[in-house]
Amino acid sequence: MLRLEKRPQPSTFWTYAAPLVAVVVTILLGMALFASLGKDPVGAIRAIFYEPLFGEFSFYYRPEVIKKAAPLILIATGLAFGFRAGVWNIGAEGQYIMGAICGAGVALAFYPSESRWLVFPLAIIAGTIGGAVWGLIPALLKVKFKTNEILVSLMLVYVAQVLITAFSSGLMRNPDGHGFPGSRNLSQYPAAANSELFAGTGIHWGVIAALIAVAVAYVILTRHQFGFDVRLAGQSPKAASFSGVNPNKLVILSLLLSGGLAGLAGVFEVTGPAGQILGSFPKFYGFTAIIVAYLGRLHPVGILMAGALMALTYIGGEVAQDRQQLPAAAIMVFQGMLLFSILGVDVLTNYRLRFGKNEVR
Amino acid sequence: MKRRTLLATGASAAIAAALGVPARAQDKTKVGFIYVGPINDGGWTQHHHHSAMEMVEHFGDAVDFVYQESVPEGPDAERAITQMALGGADIIFTTSFGYMDPTINVAAKFPDVKFEHATGYKMADNVSVYSARFYEGRAVQGTLAGRMTQSNKIGYIASVPIPEVVRGINSAYLHAKKVNPDVEFKIIWIFEWLNPAKEADAAKALIEQGCDVILQHTDSTAPQQAAKDAEGDVYTFGQAADMAEFGPKPRISSIIDEWAPYYIDRVQAVMDGTWSSTNTWDGIGAGMVGIGEISSAVPDDVKAEAEALRDQIAAGEYHPFTGPINKQDGSVWLAEGEVADDGTLAGLSFYVEGIDGDIPS
Amino acid sequence: MDINPILLLAAVMVASTPVLLAAIGELVVERSGVLNLGVEGMMITGAVFGYIIGHGSGSAIGGFAAAALAGACLSLIFGFLTQFLLTNQTATGLGLTLFGLGLSSLVGQGATATYPVTVPRLPIPLLSDIPSLGPILFNHDAVVYLSILLIVLVWFIMFRTRAGLILRATGENHDAAHALGYPVRLVRMLAIFFGGGCAGLAGAYISLVRVPQWTDGITAGAGWIALAIVVFASWKPFRLLIGAYLFGGVTVLQLNLQADGTLALLDIAIGLLAVAAAVVWLTRSITKKAAAPMDNLLSVIILVLSVVYGLLRLAGMQTIPIEYLSMLPYLATIAVLVGLRASNAPASLGKTFHAST
Repeated sequence: MLRLEKRPQPSTFWTYAAPLVAVVVTILLGMALFASLGKDPVGAIRAIFYEPLFGEFSFYYRPEVIKKAAPLILIATGLAFGFRAGVWNIGAEGQYIMGAICGAGVALAFYPSESRWLVFPLAIIAGTIGGAVWGLIPALLKVKFKTNEILVSLMLVYVAQVLITAFSSGLMRNPDGHGFPGSRNLSQYPAAANSELFAGTGIHWGVIAALIAVAVAYVILTRHQFGFDVRLAGQSPKAASFSGVNPNKLVILSLLLSGGLAGLAGVFEVTGPAGQILGSFPKFYGFTAIIVAYLGRLHPVGILMAGALMALTYIGGEVAQDRQQLPAAAIMVFQGMLLFSILGVDVLTNYRLRFGKNEVR
Repeated sequence: MKRRTLLATGASAAIAAALGVPARAQDKTKVGFIYVGPINDGGWTQHHHHSAMEMVEHFGDAVDFVYQESVPEGPDAERAITQMALGGADIIFTTSFGYMDPTINVAAKFPDVKFEHATGYKMADNVSVYSARFYEGRAVQGTLAGRMTQSNKIGYIASVPIPEVVRGINSAYLHAKKVNPDVEFKIIWIFEWLNPAKEADAAKALIEQGCDVILQHTDSTAPQQAAKDAEGDVYTFGQAADMAEFGPKPRISSIIDEWAPYYIDRVQAVMDGTWSSTNTWDGIGAGMVGIGEISSAVPDDVKAEAEALRDQIAAGEYHPFTGPINKQDGSVWLAEGEVADDGTLAGLSFYVEGIDGDIPS
Repeated sequence: MDINPILLLAAVMVASTPVLLAAIGELVVERSGVLNLGVEGMMITGAVFGYIIGHGSGSAIGGFAAAALAGACLSLIFGFLTQFLLTNQTATGLGLTLFGLGLSSLVGQGATATYPVTVPRLPIPLLSDIPSLGPILFNHDAVVYLSILLIVLVWFIMFRTRAGLILRATGENHDAAHALGYPVRLVRMLAIFFGGGCAGLAGAYISLVRVPQWTDGITAGAGWIALAIVVFASWKPFRLLIGAYLFGGVTVLQLNLQADGTLALLDIAIGLLAVAAAVVWLTRSITKKAAAPMDNLLSVIILVLSVVYGLLRLAGMQTIPIEYLSMLPYLATIAVLVGLRASNAPASLGKTFHAST
């Protein structure tokens, strides 16, 4: 009989080996899937993992991977704090959308201003506040009324989605847009545009912000009192309250932080790659970031790598669609399998496989 | 070393460099399509794909055909289009309104590639726009609907509040009213192009409120099914595709998007080197809007009347928006004998007199 | 006005059935202490298999059975990962949704209807003979009644049997349940399996009855609404019915009001709601001596919102723009959560269980 035994310490070997094993397993499963669809399995895998990084057109794909990864990393870094402390914000998607709405709203209010030093920073601040406020709602409700934050933050995602669709054809509709839904294009509005800082690299302000967030989060988690409190509260709430950690403060800070960072990601997305408020505003970053946070084991550096990997499968998946004419659905299934195996194999980091019967206690 | 320099140079320079390499030494013309939905959505995308396949059949081995389906509007679209251009496409059709800004952006980076954007209004030296005068088909539908209704209540499932949809509603109403002064339109906006469950609910709500003819500007066949299952006679029209499988009842006719002749024409122009940027807005006459077979459920005289109207429009003898027509608020839009100009029609955002309710904004 | 209230009610019953079915399953899963966010993925997988098998065999029962099996099998992936490999439930559930959406689209390519499928109507004896009311309210297809029956069944098992007690104990405190010798993992696997089956049935109801056809993404977020309803119902089976009909009701009513051009009816509805809230507050303050606003938060929220709405109307707003109306059920859910004060979510919800810890 096979069973799991908890390791006293996470295994160093498996900490690094588990993701590799998972990727290999997924590649094998994926090849079987692609072959069963009558496509060239090696070519498809090559298109997903190799082409974007080292292929003929990698000079174009690499910046795209960076652009796709930045919001995921930014949001996931914020979420990781809460998740470590046992505060379950799964509504990052809503906070991200509200950040975009508020940021774009402020930028558009100044249209057609030319003072970039005023409009762009204001938009960033507004977006961060928008996301933070959207995160604060579940936090306050939890502190005041003991309402479950998982559910409130999830409900607020739907509300944000309704708002962005309604605004794109109502309040924020482009007056010069011939009656079509969608706001003005912010990436073509120089005072508010979040354009590439170095042409051809894909590095925009959001990427910089993501890197800073990772670095700051690393320092806070390893060196700062708040990071210690967070870790303690997650491991043992009782011990935390004995040592004087205020759980309410922790809830509010965690949600403010993750909401703010999600909002920030929203502003950078709406003023940069996406360009406008639209019903089809890039969806699912907030949910995908939850997956990224766990793939990265809630560690800033891990999140950095997990975000890059997720982004790679998105971009690579599109390459495979283009080159191999793989259906979009096959790529989704492949991504699903990748998540399952990374999450699943990770068990080996904290547990040991044992054969034999349960010990008598 | 080489990677560095590529990254250091600007994106457009790098892309131009890549294009300088004779990546397409072949003499085949590479044609790309970007679709907003899956190719089997039963409506808009399926018909674009169908027309594209007809084009491929027409040229046989002379063209190399690639497509990417379910491409979300926004930054993902820009990447998908760029990818296709990098892959050596000579002409790329982007088949949804939301691809407008991405198409223009990509076109600026690839001056040698031709772009064709459906239903938009922004053009460039290498970007053409094309759309169909669906409102001409709506005039025929309105005539049939006005004649076929017993309850004098006609339901209309509207999708997203853009001028194309508003034109359709106005045209259908004007012509239903012309043959049956007692008709009343009940309009439901569902704010989506394709959502079978919501379309079914909307159709049922309309039928329950006494509508016995349902017009739809949404893509699925769910309303047809709802009409078929209803007690008593309810008539419908195919949208984008013929939906003939629901004939002869409830489906009594349809508006079919006939893109194939246009696609063949444009690809031929690329082959001949005669392609130039154009703004095409064709209707029944040019064969871009097809009126599906009027079924046997329609009495012969009504059928003859509708066909006469169709032929008149095709011949250019009659314009569906010919005065006198008042706006919803009673003010004059078109005086006796006056014909609406294309500029006004392109941005149409008001109902004509007699229609109840507001256009959502 | 052309809205027939009885027809409207009947339409609400049909529109609510899929979310209701999926919600019953998820309720059992959550009561066992597991949060499965993959409902949407399991639902759409059920929808495609129900459609293919149903139309391939011409049997409605075959279609529904296949759908339930497909949903349940998919849920086993989630169960295996979370219960045996101890993965995080939130992340795994989201992954399951992604996987299910992809799988269904892959399987559904070229799905065609060979044989027609009809789901039998099941007129309820006696009741369906009530003039005008009967034929509409008590003459639905069998699945509508099955979903209601299922609620009763789940309630009975959960609160009147030993198995239900074990299920709830597992959800409240898995360590204690384990110490008492209950097989925590087995209980949870069974709950997850049941949840998957229900989600599959729900999907098939969409693709075989409500729409009925197959296209990509046909569930269009219904799985997420099911999750919301479980919360709305505060994990109580009978309240699911209220939650599902509220959600379905807002959708159907919204369409009907639009078609009818009588959005002004909303004024009346909102006015009635405000009066009801005031009455509840008043009776509570008399009978329970709980007059403080904080003790009657739900009523207060409703009253404040109604007043704001009234003022906006007086200021010239032309009713609520229709697109904002869709926010209502979600806000109502939050209001209910707050109104309940202490949420009664299962204490172990979403936490990983390992016997040695």
